[in-house]
Amino acid sequence: MDDIYDVIILGAGPAGLSAGIYASRAKLKTLILNEGTIGGQVILTHEIANYPGVETTNGFQLINTMKKQAKEFGCTIKANLNITGINLSNKIKEIEVNSSDTYKAKTVILALGGKPRTLNISGEENFKGRGVSYCATCDGEFFTDKEVVVVGGGNSALEESVSLAKYVSKLTVVHQFDHFQALPYYVEMAKNNPKINFIMNSELRGIEGEASVKKVKIENLSTGQISELNTNGVFIFIGYSANIDKVKDFITLNSSGEIVVDNNMKTNIEGVFAAGDCIAKRYRQVTTAVADGTIAALSASDYIMNLE
Amino acid sequence: MLMTNLKHVESVDEHKKIMEENENVMICCGRMGPMCLPVYDIMEELEDKYKNVKFYDMDFDGPDAHVIKNAPECAGFMGLPFTMYYKNGKVVKATTSIQDMDQVTSILDEYFEKSEYQHSKVAD
Ligand SMILES: Cc1cc2nc3c(=O)[nH]c(=O)nc-3n(C[C@H](O)[C@H](O)[C@H](O)COP(=O)(O)OP(=O)(O)OC[C@H]3O[C@@H](n4cnc5c(N)ncnc54)[C@H](O)[C@@H]3O)c2cc1C
Repeated sequence: MDDIYDVIILGAGPAGLSAGIYASRAKLKTLILNEGTIGGQVILTHEIANYPGVETTNGFQLINTMKKQAKEFGCTIKANLNITGINLSNKIKEIEVNSSDTYKAKTVILALGGKPRTLNISGEENFKGRGVSYCATCDGEFFTDKEVVVVGGGNSALEESVSLAKYVSKLTVVHQFDHFQALPYYVEMAKNNPKINFIMNSELRGIEGEASVKKVKIENLSTGQISELNTNGVFIFIGYSANIDKVKDFITLNSSGEIVVDNNMKTNIEGVFAAGDCIAKRYRQVTTAVADGTIAALSASDYIMNLE
Repeated sequence: MLMTNLKHVESVDEHKKIMEENENVMICCGRMGPMCLPVYDIMEELEDKYKNVKFYDMDFDGPDAHVIKNAPECAGFMGLPFTMYYKNGKVVKATTSIQDMDQVTSILDEYFEKSEYQHSKVAD
């Protein structure tokens, strides 16, 4: 445990694993520490058709290959951990895990990714798996011939609505604005589906039921009026936010809560780099995460060479 | 076919045999989807630490998966995976949808004897 790693990478999504591949291949002593399952958001992805050089694959396969590559180059990966302490202020950085073990390194790469936003309204947590879902492909069939509400107005919300419409008898999209953020293609597909209805300018205020979901409370944001809608399910697709909770007190963030980096993925702290969906950038894809991870690892390698 | 490193329950007969031969059993019945993979991953990790528990998965679309899908404890479940915890062949707990490490270990600790594994220790 007293060993000092060259690089500790926090996060084992595509950005972290790519950084792990590059750092360990550069013969740096590399450790990846991950909260949750290896793969990050990629394991939420059933089909990846836009990763160059790889014909259509699924998230599980793509991530398994990345993990294998990282391990083969000598990278150590530990997952399903709780990161309980992060001290980046000294030359040797310290990461405490599960309130017990501390790992030390000359550099740290933050590849913390993002997580799906939740509504944080009453009933959401209680009815998870009993009517509340975040995955249409996984749970759609349980709602065959039933009525559901989809919350959101981006690409995922409308794409998943169209896929859910194959099962359900009626689907109501509830969206907080009077227009959609989704690409016109998805909007068109949803609007052309006779099973899909829209309640715009509105937000869910509560989810109610007994053994499973029975109804939702909806507030019209223009009038403030609250109405009830009977439904068997609520699918929530309201986007993703960067996992910055554990670093926000000492890492510079932009106004959207994303980590600010320069072109070399350097953060405001010497020897600390960041990569992937947690950084301030416009496009969040596996390809961009992998590129960021590569740059962060090479920059960390440079930094270490200059230390010596 | 589930591509995990867990042992698979393939039939009702096998399920029955596992129940007869083991005191503490956890079975995750699911697919290779985003809500199921994290639970398999956690189980694989816990196999070494909870030696007193047998960990299995079962294909939700397999012909004999009704042994779990139709269990009374799963009535009203609408989220994959369905995860069952058995003590001496009896269901002591069932969960629906994705669960995290803390949720799984707290069930294992509550219903089965606490393992020697300290939650504060890092998983290797
Ligand atoms: C439903 C869905 C479909 C998508 N489809 C596609 C697609 O088809 N093509 C495509 O290119 N992109 C797709 N994306 C986007 C792509 O998945 C992301 O851009 C990519 O996964 C980002 O990689 P990342 O490594 O930055 O972050 P993540 O994949 O989010 O990984 C971050 C990892 O860090 C861990 N972590 C978080 N906090 C900490 C901490 N404090 N310490 C240690 N570890 C931590 C997390 O548990 C996670 O494992 C999709 C995303 C979603 C949600």
